[in-house]
Amino acid sequence: MSRPSKPEPMQVVKQRRDATLDALVARVPFIRTLGVVFERRGDELTAILPYREMLIGNPILPALHGGATAGFLEVAALIELTWTQVWPNVESGRITPEQVTQASALRMPKTVDFTIDYLRSGLPRDAYARARVNRSGRRYASVHVEGWQDNRSRLFAQATGHFVMPAAPSDDG
Amino acid sequence: MTDNRIATVRDFIIELPYARALRLELRGIGAGWAELAMPYHPDLVGDPATGVVHGGAVSALMDTTCGGAVMAHPDAGLGTATLDLRIDYMRGATPGQAVRARATCVRVTRSIAFVQATAFDDDADAPIATATGAFTVTGGGPAPTLA
Repeated sequence: MSRPSKPEPMQVVKQRRDATLDALVARVPFIRTLGVVFERRGDELTAILPYREMLIGNPILPALHGGATAGFLEVAALIELTWTQVWPNVESGRITPEQVTQASALRMPKTVDFTIDYLRSGLPRDAYARARVNRSGRRYASVHVEGWQDNRSRLFAQATGHFVMPAAPSDDG
Repeated sequence: MTDNRIATVRDFIIELPYARALRLELRGIGAGWAELAMPYHPDLVGDPATGVVHGGAVSALMDTTCGGAVMAHPDAGLGTATLDLRIDYMRGATPGQAVRARATCVRVTRSIAFVQATAFDDDADAPIATATGAFTVTGGGPAPTLA
């Protein structure tokens, strides 16, 4: 709204978006524990689970632990959902990346249910995921996530989750 | 044979690298059921505003407990994999408290095990989460010895 009509310098835009994403991810300790990182192209996010020995659930095959895959996909879904909520506010200047780092300034959606479909065993190498918000209402959201490793078209897991959205600041007492 | 098998499963599931990373503890195991606990740790927090453990950590506890129940079932082999798992999160686990999950095989066929699990913290009256899963079953029989 208050943005000047002249486009901002590219570095300013990129810096603001990257700082926001970094802040969103850094505030969740479990994301660091699992080791998930995110790449951004415009508003499109890709979650990456770099392979580590601690993610193994079947040492004989070996294969990733189903619980590690589940956590990875849930992290990807939650960050995508929060990102799509925050994006318009950050772009318009209503929220600064600094505010995102404050735990109290940004409420996270809550997972209601999460259903994971294991399509093939997770190989001992990096995994990727992209989430799509299929429905985002004032109170509830439905998010689908796809996970793959070597081939984008050969998913190793997919998941759908429902989330309760945090109350808007204006709804607070 | 059954006691031998239970002992094998008991050692196996909590020694898995990811189970160790989450500090999972075995609380009980028997024919077709298992009970595991995940102690509270700041590494597992999902919402810094509340200190509540991330759903992804609870999912791993549920998946491991369900897998353990399948491996401990007399009609299933030790090799099992999750086909699908649905988790319903009913409330956030109280920060500072361990999460306990108990899984039971509802039905085991020659190819599939249907498993249900419930997770609690110290309040045994209000579940944190429930899970329903389908797991693969590979040939039953005596438990192989692990290297």
